Amino acid sequence: MNDLGLYLPGTSWVHRLPAGVKLAALVLLGVASILIDGVVTVTAGVALMLVLYGIAGFTPRLAWRQVKPLRWILLFIVAFQWWARGWQSAVDVVGVIVLLVLAAALVTLTTRTSALVDVIIAVLRPLRPLRVQPERVGLLIALGIRAVPIAAGFSNEVRDAQRARGLGASPRAYAAPLIVKSLRHADSVGEALVARGLD
Amino acid sequence: MPVVEVSGVSHTFGEASARRTVLQDVDVRFDEQRVGIIGANGSGKSTFARLLNGLIVPTEGSVTVDGLTTARHGREIRRRVGFCFTDPDAQIVMPTVGEDVSFSLRSTDLTKEQIRIRVDDILGRFGLEGLVDHPSHLLSGGQKQLLALAAVLVTEPALVIMDEPTTLLDLRNAQMIGDVVAGLDTQVVLVTHHLDLLDRFDRVLVFDEARLVCDAPPGQAIDFYRRLMS
Ligand SMILES: Nc1ncnc2c1ncn2[C@@H]1O[C@H](COP(=O)(O)OP(=O)(O)O)[C@@H](O)[C@H]1O
Ligand SMILES: [Mg+2]
Repeated sequence: MNDLGLYLPGTSWVHRLPAGVKLAALVLLGVASILIDGVVTVTAGVALMLVLYGIAGFTPRLAWRQVKPLRWILLFIVAFQWWARGWQSAVDVVGVIVLLVLAAALVTLTTRTSALVDVIIAVLRPLRPLRVQPERVGLLIALGIRAVPIAAGFSNEVRDAQRARGLGASPRAYAAPLIVKSLRHADSVGEALVARGLD
Repeated sequence: MPVVEVSGVSHTFGEASARRTVLQDVDVRFDEQRVGIIGANGSGKSTFARLLNGLIVPTEGSVTVDGLTTARHGREIRRRVGFCFTDPDAQIVMPTVGEDVSFSLRSTDLTKEQIRIRVDDILGRFGLEGLVDHPSHLLSGGQKQLLALAAVLVTEPALVIMDEPTTLLDLRNAQMIGDVVAGLDTQVVLVTHHLDLLDRFDRVLVFDEARLVCDAPPGQAIDFYRRLMS
């Protein structure tokens, strides 16, 4: 299950790099991606990212799993770009998306959520006079990350229940229980947060 | 041990035609170290448990902990009264074990180092040592419940309320949680269907259809409950 970009402890220098540096690098890469183009540059970028995965002790398979959920969208973009503007453009666009997804996943895979949250809280602190509550934003992000495997679990449960009852892949029969489950869970989490001293 | 006093409490959910009385005229006072709560599904146990730390404020009557009323001092009371839920997944809010326990200590004035020591210490006591950086969603059900309990106890509450902490667990894990609970020095209020966990409790309350129908030592209370259910 651990293929969802959740922290995997390790001791590589990628792991040990301060969270702030990794986040800043990610933001820089995002900005720079507007300028990245050319088949060679993009391919080199993705290759470099895979080297970083290797240094962090991760397999190419783990890297692939970060991108896998997007495969159909990416395929669609490739087809469209190729048709509209040629294969170089298709490689450019998809290559940059893959590069950014891999980079973002590498940051979350090698950094504790609490460290990321601390950086975000520090960055948001100057916004306090504007009534932004940095701690709340930080908590929201942590809760979001924690919710990923839980939502995935719900989704599996609902799908299994549907199969067990011999129902086909009906989007409605899938969505309704999933939403109910999620709302009920959100309610319990809210209550638990109050019980744990957050109110 | 904190003194908990529930006086003239009734509680209803909903309005008008959808109105439902889930607790009716409950009066009880306790300061024993081990108090058990049993009763059929829907009898009002969880509602009663949530009254004790102010998660629910009664529509009628009052609940006090050491003289503080939950209606006015909920936050203060919750700082001293921990709550452990049935589903640990709702209670674990951080992606890794260590982060979740630390979360409980976030608004204390402990340093990072002191927090780390407290976290390591409690994880050791609960057999979770070495799992500080372990993703919480990859723990077993029993380990998740241990983590939820550790995250409550790390703040050293004077009273811990547990609402069916073993209901989702297999017998072995339930027994393990039971052993951990038995070893706690703090006051414990335990809602449970695992009646054997109540063997050495000081007092057991039985709820039935919104009323507190029996308040006795475990043996007597469990006999009463068995007769009620048959
Ligand atoms: N938030 C709520 N809104 C409406 N009804 C509720 C709510 N919580 C519980 N109830 C109802 O109150 C009754 C008692 O519930 P509860 O205290 O959870 O019982 P128990 O824990 O003994 O199973 C049940 O019939 C339940 O459906
Ligand atoms: Mg209940």
